[in-house]
Amino acid sequence: MNGADTAFVLISAALVMLMTPGLALFYGGMVRSKNVLGTLMQNFIMLGVVGVLWALYGYSLAFGPDVGHVIGNLDWIGLAGVGFEPFKAYSETIPHQTFMIYQAMFAIITPALITGAFAERMKFSTFLVFMVIWSTIVYNPVAHWVWGDGGWLKNLGALDFAGGTVVHINAGVAALAAALVMGPRRGYAGYGNGVESFIPHNLPMTILGAGLLWFGWFGFNAGSALGANALASSAFTATHLATCAATLSWVGAEWIHRGKPTTLGAASGAVAGLVAITPAAGYVGPMSAMLIGLIAGVICYLAVLVKPKLGYDDSLDVVGVHCVGGITGALLTGLFATKLVNAAGGDGLFYGNPGQLWTQLIAVGVTVIYSFVISYALFWILDKTMGLRVDSDAEVAGLDLSVHQETGYSL
Amino acid sequence: MKKIEAIIQPFKLEPVKEALHAISVEGMTVSEVKGFGRQKGIREVYRGMEYQVDFLPKVKLEIVAPEDKVQAVVDTIIAKARTGRIGDGKIFVYPVAEVIRIRTGEKGESAV
Repeated sequence: MNGADTAFVLISAALVMLMTPGLALFYGGMVRSKNVLGTLMQNFIMLGVVGVLWALYGYSLAFGPDVGHVIGNLDWIGLAGVGFEPFKAYSETIPHQTFMIYQAMFAIITPALITGAFAERMKFSTFLVFMVIWSTIVYNPVAHWVWGDGGWLKNLGALDFAGGTVVHINAGVAALAAALVMGPRRGYAGYGNGVESFIPHNLPMTILGAGLLWFGWFGFNAGSALGANALASSAFTATHLATCAATLSWVGAEWIHRGKPTTLGAASGAVAGLVAITPAAGYVGPMSAMLIGLIAGVICYLAVLVKPKLGYDDSLDVVGVHCVGGITGALLTGLFATKLVNAAGGDGLFYGNPGQLWTQLIAVGVTVIYSFVISYALFWILDKTMGLRVDSDAEVAGLDLSVHQETGYSL
Repeated sequence: MKKIEAIIQPFKLEPVKEALHAISVEGMTVSEVKGFGRQKGIREVYRGMEYQVDFLPKVKLEIVAPEDKVQAVVDTIIAKARTGRIGDGKIFVYPVAEVIRIRTGEKGESAV
Protein backbone atom coordinates (compact mmCIF):
# COMPACT_ATOMS: atom_id res chain seq x y z
CA MET A 1 0.00 0.00 0.00
CA ASN A 2 1.25 3.46 -0.86
CA GLY A 3 -0.06 6.71 0.67
CA ALA A 4 0.88 8.91 -2.28
CA ASP A 5 -0.83 6.59 -4.75
CA THR A 6 -3.97 6.42 -2.64
CA ALA A 7 -4.11 10.19 -2.20
CA PHE A 8 -3.62 10.70 -5.92
CA VAL A 9 -6.34 8.28 -6.94
CA LEU A 10 -8.81 9.70 -4.40
CA ILE A 11 -8.19 13.21 -5.69
CA SER A 12 -8.50 11.92 -9.26
CA ALA A 13 -11.86 10.39 -8.31
CA ALA A 14 -13.01 13.80 -7.09
CA LEU A 15 -11.80 15.38 -10.34
CA VAL A 16 -13.73 12.86 -12.43
CA MET A 17 -16.82 13.43 -10.28
CA LEU A 18 -16.69 17.13 -11.24
CA MET A 19 -16.81 16.20 -14.93
CA THR A 20 -20.48 15.24 -14.69
CA PRO A 21 -21.67 18.69 -13.53
CA GLY A 22 -19.13 20.09 -16.02
CA LEU A 23 -20.77 18.08 -18.78
CA ALA A 24 -24.17 19.31 -17.58
CA LEU A 25 -23.04 22.92 -18.09
CA PHE A 26 -21.42 22.08 -21.43
CA TYR A 27 -24.72 20.60 -22.66
CA GLY A 28 -26.95 23.04 -20.74
CA GLY A 29 -25.56 26.06 -22.55
CA MET A 30 -26.28 24.52 -25.95
CA VAL A 31 -30.02 23.98 -25.51
CA ARG A 32 -32.77 26.60 -25.61
CA SER A 33 -33.43 28.41 -22.34
CA LYS A 34 -36.74 26.58 -21.74
CA ASN A 35 -34.83 23.27 -21.48
CA VAL A 36 -31.78 24.30 -19.49
CA LEU A 37 -32.85 22.69 -16.21
CA GLY A 38 -34.14 19.56 -17.92
CA THR A 39 -30.72 19.13 -19.52
CA LEU A 40 -28.74 19.87 -16.36
CA MET A 41 -30.99 17.49 -14.43
CA GLN A 42 -30.52 14.56 -16.81
CA ASN A 43 -26.80 14.79 -16.14
CA PHE A 44 -26.78 15.68 -12.46
CA ILE A 45 -29.24 12.94 -11.48
CA MET A 46 -26.81 10.35 -12.89
CA LEU A 47 -24.58 11.02 -9.87
CA GLY A 48 -27.43 9.73 -7.74
CA VAL A 49 -28.75 6.90 -9.90
CA VAL A 50 -25.55 5.26 -11.09
CA GLY A 51 -23.72 6.04 -7.85
CA VAL A 52 -26.25 3.91 -5.95
CA LEU A 53 -26.35 1.14 -8.58
CA TRP A 54 -22.56 0.97 -8.61
CA ALA A 55 -22.36 0.19 -4.91
CA LEU A 56 -25.32 -2.21 -4.97
CA TYR A 57 -24.22 -4.41 -7.87
CA GLY A 58 -22.59 -2.42 -10.71
CA TYR A 59 -19.05 -2.66 -9.45
CA SER A 60 -19.45 -6.39 -8.91
CA LEU A 61 -20.73 -6.95 -12.46
CA ALA A 62 -17.99 -4.83 -14.02
CA PHE A 63 -14.97 -5.74 -11.91
CA GLY A 64 -16.04 -8.74 -9.84
CA PRO A 65 -14.69 -12.30 -10.24
CA ASP A 66 -14.88 -13.23 -13.90
CA VAL A 67 -17.64 -15.35 -15.46
CA GLY A 68 -16.74 -16.62 -18.92
CA HIS A 69 -14.62 -13.54 -19.73
CA VAL A 70 -17.77 -11.48 -20.33
CA ILE A 71 -19.10 -10.30 -16.96
CA GLY A 72 -18.25 -10.20 -13.26
CA ASN A 73 -20.24 -12.31 -10.83
CA LEU A 74 -22.26 -11.06 -7.87
CA ASP A 75 -19.74 -11.90 -5.14
CA TRP A 76 -19.12 -8.20 -4.43
CA ILE A 77 -22.77 -7.23 -4.29
CA GLY A 78 -23.31 -4.36 -1.84
CA LEU A 79 -19.52 -3.95 -1.89
CA ALA A 80 -19.08 -7.17 0.11
CA GLY A 81 -15.38 -7.96 0.19
CA VAL A 82 -14.40 -4.62 -1.32
CA GLY A 83 -12.21 -3.54 1.55
CA PHE A 84 -9.08 -1.67 2.45
CA GLU A 85 -6.57 -4.23 1.22
CA PRO A 86 -5.42 -3.76 -2.37
CA PHE A 87 -6.96 -6.09 -4.95
CA LYS A 88 -3.77 -7.11 -6.72
CA ALA A 89 -5.20 -7.63 -10.20
CA TYR A 90 -6.21 -3.95 -10.35
CA SER A 91 -3.60 -2.24 -8.20
CA GLU A 92 -1.07 -3.33 -5.65
CA THR A 93 -0.69 0.03 -3.97
CA ILE A 94 -4.17 1.45 -3.30
CA PRO A 95 -7.07 0.12 -1.24
CA HIS A 96 -9.59 -1.90 -3.23
CA GLN A 97 -12.27 0.52 -2.06
CA THR A 98 -10.32 3.46 -3.52
CA PHE A 99 -10.25 1.72 -6.91
CA MET A 100 -13.98 1.05 -6.63
CA ILE A 101 -14.95 4.67 -5.90
CA TYR A 102 -12.64 5.94 -8.65
CA GLN A 103 -14.36 3.62 -11.13
CA ALA A 104 -17.77 4.74 -9.85
CA MET A 105 -17.16 8.19 -11.36
CA PHE A 106 -16.54 6.64 -14.79
CA ALA A 107 -19.74 4.61 -14.56
CA ILE A 108 -21.62 7.83 -13.73
CA ILE A 109 -20.38 10.07 -16.52
CA THR A 110 -20.69 7.49 -19.32
CA PRO A 111 -24.51 7.33 -19.43
CA ALA A 112 -24.62 11.10 -18.81
CA LEU A 113 -22.79 11.59 -22.12
CA ILE A 114 -25.70 10.00 -24.00
CA THR A 115 -28.16 12.66 -22.79
CA GLY A 116 -26.91 15.11 -25.41
CA ALA A 117 -28.48 13.00 -28.16
CA PHE A 118 -32.05 13.19 -26.85
CA ALA A 119 -31.85 16.65 -25.28
CA GLU A 120 -34.99 18.77 -25.12
CA ARG A 121 -37.54 16.01 -25.63
CA MET A 122 -37.15 12.88 -23.46
CA LYS A 123 -39.65 11.81 -20.83
CA PHE A 124 -37.97 11.79 -17.43
CA SER A 125 -39.43 8.52 -16.11
CA THR A 126 -38.45 6.60 -19.24
CA PHE A 127 -35.06 8.27 -19.12
CA LEU A 128 -34.45 6.91 -15.62
CA VAL A 129 -35.54 3.39 -16.58
CA PHE A 130 -33.33 3.50 -19.67
CA MET A 131 -30.31 4.60 -17.67
CA VAL A 132 -30.73 1.90 -15.02
CA ILE A 133 -30.99 -0.84 -17.64
CA TRP A 134 -28.31 0.57 -19.95
CA SER A 135 -25.78 0.92 -17.22
CA THR A 136 -26.53 -2.64 -16.09
CA ILE A 137 -26.50 -4.48 -19.41
CA VAL A 138 -24.26 -2.29 -21.55
CA TYR A 139 -21.80 -0.34 -19.42
CA ASN A 140 -21.01 -3.04 -16.87
CA PRO A 141 -20.25 -5.85 -19.33
CA VAL A 142 -18.23 -3.65 -21.68
CA ALA A 143 -16.23 -2.29 -18.74
CA HIS A 144 -15.61 -5.91 -17.74
CA TRP A 145 -14.42 -6.93 -21.21
CA VAL A 146 -11.88 -4.12 -21.39
CA TRP A 147 -10.77 -3.58 -17.79
CA GLY A 148 -12.11 -6.43 -15.67
CA ASP A 149 -9.75 -9.15 -14.47
CA GLY A 150 -10.30 -11.90 -17.05
CA GLY A 151 -12.20 -9.69 -19.53
CA TRP A 152 -11.84 -11.00 -23.08
CA LEU A 153 -10.76 -7.74 -24.75
CA LYS A 154 -8.20 -7.18 -22.03
CA ASN A 155 -6.86 -10.69 -22.65
CA LEU A 156 -6.77 -9.97 -26.36
CA GLY A 157 -4.38 -7.07 -25.72
CA ALA A 158 -6.63 -4.18 -26.74
CA LEU A 159 -5.21 -0.90 -25.48
CA ASP A 160 -7.66 1.43 -23.81
CA PHE A 161 -5.92 3.45 -21.15
CA ALA A 162 -8.79 5.46 -19.68
CA GLY A 163 -11.96 4.46 -21.51
CA GLY A 164 -12.04 5.34 -25.19
CA THR A 165 -14.10 2.25 -25.96
CA VAL A 166 -15.82 1.68 -22.64
CA VAL A 167 -16.84 5.30 -22.12
CA HIS A 168 -16.81 7.28 -25.35
CA ILE A 169 -17.50 4.84 -28.16
CA ASN A 170 -20.00 3.06 -25.95
CA ALA A 171 -21.92 6.24 -25.09
CA GLY A 172 -21.51 7.71 -28.58
CA VAL A 173 -23.04 4.67 -30.25
CA ALA A 174 -25.92 4.57 -27.75
CA ALA A 175 -26.45 8.23 -28.62
CA LEU A 176 -26.82 7.33 -32.29
CA ALA A 177 -29.38 4.67 -31.41
CA ALA A 178 -31.24 7.22 -29.28
CA ALA A 179 -31.40 9.82 -32.04
CA LEU A 180 -32.56 7.23 -34.59
CA VAL A 181 -35.33 5.72 -32.48
CA MET A 182 -36.53 8.93 -30.94
CA GLY A 183 -36.65 11.13 -33.99
CA PRO A 184 -35.90 14.82 -34.22
CA ARG A 185 -37.03 17.65 -31.98
CA ARG A 186 -40.25 19.36 -32.99
CA GLY A 187 -39.51 21.93 -35.66
CA TYR A 188 -36.10 20.50 -36.57
CA ALA A 189 -35.65 20.49 -40.31
CA GLY A 190 -32.09 19.38 -40.70
CA TYR A 191 -29.73 21.75 -42.35
CA GLY A 192 -30.06 25.50 -42.17
CA ASN A 193 -33.14 27.46 -41.38
CA GLY A 194 -35.73 24.96 -40.16
CA VAL A 195 -39.15 25.78 -38.85
CA GLU A 196 -37.55 26.70 -35.56
CA SER A 197 -33.99 27.63 -34.83
CA PHE A 198 -32.04 25.76 -32.22
CA ILE A 199 -29.56 28.39 -31.18
CA PRO A 200 -27.55 27.71 -28.01
CA HIS A 201 -29.01 29.91 -25.27
CA ASN A 202 -25.86 30.43 -23.18
CA LEU A 203 -22.48 29.70 -24.74
CA PRO A 204 -20.55 31.14 -21.77
CA MET A 205 -22.08 28.25 -19.77
CA THR A 206 -20.84 25.83 -22.43
CA ILE A 207 -17.32 27.24 -22.27
CA LEU A 208 -17.33 26.96 -18.48
CA GLY A 209 -18.47 23.35 -18.81
CA ALA A 210 -15.73 22.59 -21.34
CA GLY A 211 -13.18 24.11 -18.93
CA LEU A 212 -14.42 21.94 -16.08
CA LEU A 213 -14.31 18.87 -18.34
CA TRP A 214 -10.73 19.63 -19.34
CA PHE A 215 -9.79 20.08 -15.66
CA GLY A 216 -11.58 16.93 -14.52
CA TRP A 217 -10.15 14.92 -17.40
CA PHE A 218 -6.71 15.05 -15.79
CA GLY A 219 -8.22 12.86 -13.08
CA PHE A 220 -9.80 10.67 -15.74
CA ASN A 221 -6.62 10.06 -17.73
CA ALA A 222 -3.67 10.68 -15.39
CA GLY A 223 -5.62 9.04 -12.57
CA SER A 224 -5.91 5.89 -14.68
CA ALA A 225 -2.23 5.28 -13.97
CA LEU A 226 -3.57 4.43 -10.48
CA GLY A 227 -0.43 5.81 -8.91
CA ALA A 228 1.45 9.06 -8.30
CA ASN A 229 4.19 8.21 -10.75
CA ALA A 230 5.88 8.88 -14.08
CA LEU A 231 3.10 7.15 -16.03
CA ALA A 232 0.55 9.52 -14.50
CA SER A 233 2.73 12.46 -15.49
CA SER A 234 3.04 11.11 -19.02
CA ALA A 235 -0.72 10.61 -19.34
CA PHE A 236 -1.34 14.10 -17.90
CA THR A 237 1.01 15.67 -20.44
CA ALA A 238 -0.41 13.69 -23.35
CA THR A 239 -3.94 14.66 -22.32
CA HIS A 240 -3.13 18.33 -22.18
CA LEU A 241 -1.18 18.48 -25.44
CA ALA A 242 -3.78 16.56 -27.43
CA THR A 243 -6.49 18.87 -26.13
CA CYS A 244 -4.51 22.00 -26.95
CA ALA A 245 -3.90 20.74 -30.48
CA ALA A 246 -7.53 19.71 -31.04
CA THR A 247 -8.81 23.08 -29.84
CA LEU A 248 -6.61 24.75 -32.45
CA SER A 249 -7.35 22.30 -35.25
CA TRP A 250 -11.16 22.45 -34.86
CA VAL A 251 -11.09 26.27 -34.80
CA GLY A 252 -8.63 26.32 -37.69
CA ALA A 253 -10.79 23.97 -39.75
CA GLU A 254 -13.95 26.02 -39.29
CA TRP A 255 -12.08 29.28 -39.83
CA ILE A 256 -10.92 28.02 -43.22
CA HIS A 257 -14.26 26.39 -44.02
CA ARG A 258 -16.73 29.04 -42.82
CA GLY A 259 -14.62 32.11 -42.41
CA LYS A 260 -15.02 32.63 -38.66
CA PRO A 261 -13.38 31.09 -35.56
CA THR A 262 -16.14 30.33 -33.02
CA THR A 263 -16.08 29.87 -29.26
CA LEU A 264 -18.39 26.87 -29.56
CA GLY A 265 -15.80 25.46 -31.98
CA ALA A 266 -13.01 25.97 -29.44
CA ALA A 267 -15.03 24.25 -26.70
CA SER A 268 -16.03 21.40 -29.02
CA GLY A 269 -12.47 20.97 -30.27
CA ALA A 270 -11.20 20.71 -26.70
CA VAL A 271 -13.70 17.98 -25.88
CA ALA A 272 -12.90 16.15 -29.13
CA GLY A 273 -9.20 16.18 -28.19
CA LEU A 274 -9.93 14.94 -24.68
CA VAL A 275 -12.05 12.10 -26.06
CA ALA A 276 -9.48 11.04 -28.65
CA ILE A 277 -6.52 11.00 -26.26
CA THR A 278 -8.41 9.00 -23.63
CA PRO A 279 -7.53 5.50 -24.91
CA ALA A 280 -4.00 6.60 -25.82
CA ALA A 281 -3.03 8.77 -22.84
CA GLY A 282 -0.83 6.26 -21.04
CA TYR A 283 0.72 4.70 -24.15
CA VAL A 284 1.94 7.57 -26.34
CA GLY A 285 4.62 10.24 -26.19
CA PRO A 286 3.91 13.98 -26.12
CA MET A 287 4.36 14.64 -29.86
CA SER A 288 2.20 11.65 -30.80
CA ALA A 289 -0.44 12.99 -28.42
CA MET A 290 -0.36 16.33 -30.16
CA LEU A 291 -0.81 14.66 -33.54
CA ILE A 292 -3.74 12.63 -32.22
CA GLY A 293 -5.39 15.85 -31.04
CA LEU A 294 -4.68 17.62 -34.29
CA ILE A 295 -6.29 14.85 -36.32
CA ALA A 296 -9.26 14.42 -33.97
CA GLY A 297 -10.15 18.13 -34.02
CA VAL A 298 -10.52 18.09 -37.80
CA ILE A 299 -12.24 14.70 -38.06
CA CYS A 300 -14.81 15.54 -35.37
CA TYR A 301 -15.53 18.90 -37.01
CA LEU A 302 -16.22 17.09 -40.29
CA ALA A 303 -18.38 14.51 -38.48
CA VAL A 304 -20.50 17.27 -36.98
CA LEU A 305 -20.90 18.89 -40.41
CA VAL A 306 -22.12 15.64 -41.95
CA LYS A 307 -24.90 15.12 -39.38
CA PRO A 308 -27.59 17.36 -40.93
CA LYS A 309 -27.08 15.62 -44.26
CA LEU A 310 -27.73 12.26 -42.62
CA GLY A 311 -30.98 13.58 -41.24
CA TYR A 312 -30.96 12.43 -37.60
CA ASP A 313 -31.18 14.90 -34.75
CA ASP A 314 -28.33 14.04 -32.38
CA SER A 315 -29.08 17.34 -30.69
CA LEU A 316 -25.74 18.12 -29.07
CA ASP A 317 -23.44 16.05 -31.32
CA VAL A 318 -22.62 13.16 -29.04
CA VAL A 319 -22.04 10.96 -32.09
CA GLY A 320 -19.81 13.44 -33.90
CA VAL A 321 -17.67 14.14 -30.86
CA HIS A 322 -17.72 11.07 -28.61
CA CYS A 323 -18.31 8.20 -31.04
CA VAL A 324 -16.19 9.52 -33.90
CA GLY A 325 -13.58 11.01 -31.55
CA GLY A 326 -13.45 7.77 -29.53
CA ILE A 327 -12.99 5.61 -32.64
CA THR A 328 -10.34 7.98 -33.97
CA GLY A 329 -8.46 7.81 -30.67
CA ALA A 330 -8.75 4.04 -30.34
CA LEU A 331 -7.40 3.45 -33.85
CA LEU A 332 -4.64 6.05 -33.54
CA THR A 333 -3.59 4.31 -30.32
CA GLY A 334 -2.92 1.31 -32.55
CA LEU A 335 -0.53 3.47 -34.56
CA PHE A 336 1.23 5.59 -31.95
CA ALA A 337 1.42 3.37 -28.85
CA THR A 338 4.92 2.54 -27.69
CA LYS A 339 6.41 0.52 -24.87
CA LEU A 340 9.00 3.28 -24.48
CA VAL A 341 6.26 5.22 -22.68
CA ASN A 342 4.63 2.32 -20.88
CA ALA A 343 6.30 -1.06 -20.69
CA ALA A 344 3.03 -2.65 -19.63
CA GLY A 345 1.32 -1.28 -22.76
CA GLY A 346 2.09 -2.26 -26.31
CA ASP A 347 3.70 -1.14 -29.54
CA GLY A 348 1.60 0.25 -32.36
CA LEU A 349 2.03 0.10 -36.12
CA PHE A 350 4.60 2.92 -36.16
CA TYR A 351 6.67 1.02 -33.60
CA GLY A 352 6.80 -2.20 -35.58
CA ASN A 353 3.62 -3.95 -34.47
CA PRO A 354 0.91 -3.79 -37.15
CA GLY A 355 -1.13 -6.40 -35.25
CA GLN A 356 -2.01 -3.82 -32.60
CA LEU A 357 -4.11 -1.84 -35.07
CA TRP A 358 -6.07 -4.98 -35.85
CA THR A 359 -6.65 -5.63 -32.15
CA GLN A 360 -7.85 -2.05 -31.71
CA LEU A 361 -10.19 -2.48 -34.66
CA ILE A 362 -11.72 -5.58 -33.07
CA ALA A 363 -12.25 -3.77 -29.77
CA VAL A 364 -13.88 -0.85 -31.57
CA GLY A 365 -16.04 -3.05 -33.79
CA VAL A 366 -17.29 -5.23 -30.98
CA THR A 367 -18.14 -2.24 -28.79
CA VAL A 368 -19.93 -0.47 -31.64
CA ILE A 369 -22.01 -3.50 -32.53
CA TYR A 370 -22.85 -4.53 -28.98
CA SER A 371 -23.71 -1.05 -27.76
CA PHE A 372 -25.72 -0.19 -30.87
CA VAL A 373 -27.80 -3.37 -30.94
CA ILE A 374 -28.64 -3.39 -27.24
CA SER A 375 -29.21 0.36 -27.01
CA TYR A 376 -31.41 0.39 -30.10
CA ALA A 377 -33.48 -2.53 -28.84
CA LEU A 378 -33.81 -0.94 -25.42
CA PHE A 379 -34.96 2.40 -26.82
CA TRP A 380 -37.35 0.63 -29.18
CA ILE A 381 -38.95 -1.43 -26.40
CA LEU A 382 -39.25 1.58 -24.09
CA ASP A 383 -40.77 3.59 -26.93
CA LYS A 384 -43.47 0.94 -27.41
CA THR A 385 -44.15 0.52 -23.69
CA MET A 386 -43.51 3.68 -21.66
CA GLY A 387 -43.02 6.14 -24.51
CA LEU A 388 -39.74 7.98 -25.02
CA ARG A 389 -40.95 11.51 -25.60
CA VAL A 390 -42.82 14.07 -23.60
CA ASP A 391 -46.10 15.02 -25.29
CA SER A 392 -46.20 17.78 -27.83
CA ASP A 393 -47.49 20.50 -25.48
CA ALA A 394 -44.79 19.69 -22.94
CA GLU A 395 -42.09 19.83 -25.60
CA VAL A 396 -43.31 23.21 -26.81
CA ALA A 397 -43.49 24.57 -23.25
CA GLY A 398 -40.04 23.18 -22.50
CA LEU A 399 -38.87 20.49 -20.09
CA ASP A 400 -38.09 22.93 -17.28
CA LEU A 401 -41.68 23.88 -16.70
CA SER A 402 -43.51 20.81 -17.96
CA VAL A 403 -41.32 18.14 -16.35
CA HIS A 404 -39.71 19.88 -13.38
CA GLN A 405 -42.15 22.71 -12.58
CA GLU A 406 -39.32 25.23 -12.52
CA THR A 407 -37.72 27.81 -14.75
CA GLY A 408 -33.99 28.32 -15.17
CA TYR A 409 -34.11 32.09 -15.31
CA SER A 410 -36.64 34.40 -13.72
CA LEU A 411 -36.65 38.16 -13.66
CA MET B 1 -47.51 66.09 -22.63
CA LYS B 2 -46.11 63.56 -25.01
CA LYS B 3 -44.48 60.21 -24.63
CA ILE B 4 -41.43 59.73 -26.79
CA GLU B 5 -40.59 56.12 -27.50
CA ALA B 6 -37.28 55.57 -29.26
CA ILE B 7 -35.90 52.26 -30.47
CA ILE B 8 -32.16 52.60 -30.93
CA GLN B 9 -28.95 50.61 -31.33
CA PRO B 10 -27.86 49.26 -27.92
CA PHE B 11 -24.39 50.85 -28.12
CA LYS B 12 -25.99 54.28 -28.62
CA LEU B 13 -27.75 54.20 -25.24
CA GLU B 14 -24.94 55.89 -23.29
CA PRO B 15 -24.41 58.89 -25.63
CA VAL B 16 -28.18 59.39 -25.93
CA LYS B 17 -28.66 59.24 -22.17
CA GLU B 18 -25.80 61.71 -21.55
CA ALA B 19 -27.14 64.16 -24.11
CA LEU B 20 -30.66 63.95 -22.66
CA HIS B 21 -29.22 64.64 -19.20
CA ALA B 22 -27.53 67.70 -20.67
CA ILE B 23 -30.88 69.14 -21.78
CA SER B 24 -32.25 68.28 -18.29
CA VAL B 25 -34.49 65.36 -19.05
CA GLU B 26 -35.03 64.05 -15.52
CA GLY B 27 -36.17 60.49 -16.08
CA MET B 28 -36.49 57.73 -18.58
CA THR B 29 -37.29 54.04 -18.76
CA VAL B 30 -35.11 51.66 -20.75
CA SER B 31 -35.76 48.10 -21.88
CA GLU B 32 -33.84 45.57 -23.89
CA VAL B 33 -36.01 44.59 -26.81
CA LYS B 34 -35.70 42.60 -30.01
CA GLY B 35 -37.12 43.36 -33.40
CA PHE B 36 -36.50 44.05 -37.03
CA GLY B 37 -37.30 46.66 -39.63
CA ARG B 38 -35.73 47.14 -43.01
CA GLN B 39 -32.40 45.95 -41.66
CA LYS B 40 -33.82 42.42 -41.51
CA GLY B 41 -31.83 39.78 -39.65
CA ILE B 42 -28.36 38.42 -39.47
CA ARG B 43 -26.89 34.94 -39.89
CA GLU B 44 -25.33 33.04 -37.02
CA VAL B 45 -23.35 29.80 -37.28
CA TYR B 46 -23.15 27.10 -34.61
CA ARG B 47 -21.06 24.00 -35.30
CA GLY B 48 -21.45 24.66 -38.99
CA MET B 49 -25.25 25.04 -38.81
CA GLU B 50 -26.46 28.37 -40.12
CA TYR B 51 -29.43 30.09 -38.58
CA GLN B 52 -31.22 33.19 -39.79
CA VAL B 53 -31.79 35.41 -36.76
CA ASP B 54 -34.58 37.87 -37.56
CA PHE B 55 -34.92 39.60 -34.23
CA LEU B 56 -31.98 41.81 -33.45
CA PRO B 57 -31.26 43.25 -30.03
CA LYS B 58 -32.25 46.91 -29.64
CA VAL B 59 -32.86 49.26 -26.74
CA LYS B 60 -36.20 51.00 -26.20
CA LEU B 61 -36.24 54.35 -24.39
CA GLU B 62 -39.43 55.82 -23.02
CA ILE B 63 -39.52 59.47 -22.00
CA VAL B 64 -42.49 61.61 -21.07
CA ALA B 65 -41.92 65.31 -21.71
CA PRO B 66 -43.96 68.57 -21.61
CA GLU B 67 -45.03 69.90 -25.02
CA ASP B 68 -42.33 72.60 -25.22
CA LYS B 69 -39.57 70.06 -24.71
CA VAL B 70 -40.69 67.33 -27.09
CA GLN B 71 -38.90 68.67 -30.15
CA ALA B 72 -35.62 69.09 -28.22
CA VAL B 73 -35.77 65.52 -26.95
CA VAL B 74 -36.48 64.14 -30.41
CA ASP B 75 -33.70 66.20 -31.97
CA THR B 76 -31.24 65.10 -29.30
CA ILE B 77 -32.04 61.42 -29.79
CA ILE B 78 -31.66 61.75 -33.55
CA ALA B 79 -28.37 63.61 -33.21
CA LYS B 80 -26.84 61.07 -30.87
CA ALA B 81 -28.33 57.76 -32.08
CA ARG B 82 -27.76 58.23 -35.77
CA THR B 83 -24.95 56.40 -37.55
CA GLY B 84 -26.42 56.83 -41.01
CA ARG B 85 -26.49 53.09 -41.57
CA ILE B 86 -29.52 50.87 -41.80
CA GLY B 87 -30.70 49.67 -38.36
CA ASP B 88 -30.50 53.01 -36.49
CA GLY B 89 -34.08 52.62 -35.25
CA LYS B 90 -37.27 54.67 -34.96
CA ILE B 91 -38.91 57.31 -32.78
CA PHE B 92 -42.62 57.31 -31.97
CA VAL B 93 -44.41 60.20 -30.25
CA TYR B 94 -47.75 59.67 -28.49
CA PRO B 95 -50.10 61.97 -26.60
CA VAL B 96 -50.25 61.26 -22.85
CA ALA B 97 -53.66 61.51 -21.18
CA GLU B 98 -52.49 61.69 -17.59
CA VAL B 99 -49.44 61.30 -15.34
CA ILE B 100 -49.70 60.42 -11.66
CA ARG B 101 -46.84 60.22 -9.18
CA ILE B 102 -47.60 57.16 -7.09
CA ARG B 103 -45.90 58.40 -3.92
CA THR B 104 -47.73 61.73 -3.58
CA GLY B 105 -50.72 61.45 -5.87
CA GLU B 106 -49.61 64.60 -7.82
CA LYS B 107 -51.03 64.80 -11.32
CA GLY B 108 -50.11 66.42 -14.59
CA GLU B 109 -46.78 67.97 -15.61
CA SER B 110 -45.50 68.33 -12.07
CA ALA B 111 -45.68 64.58 -11.71
CA VAL B 112 -43.37 63.95 -14.67
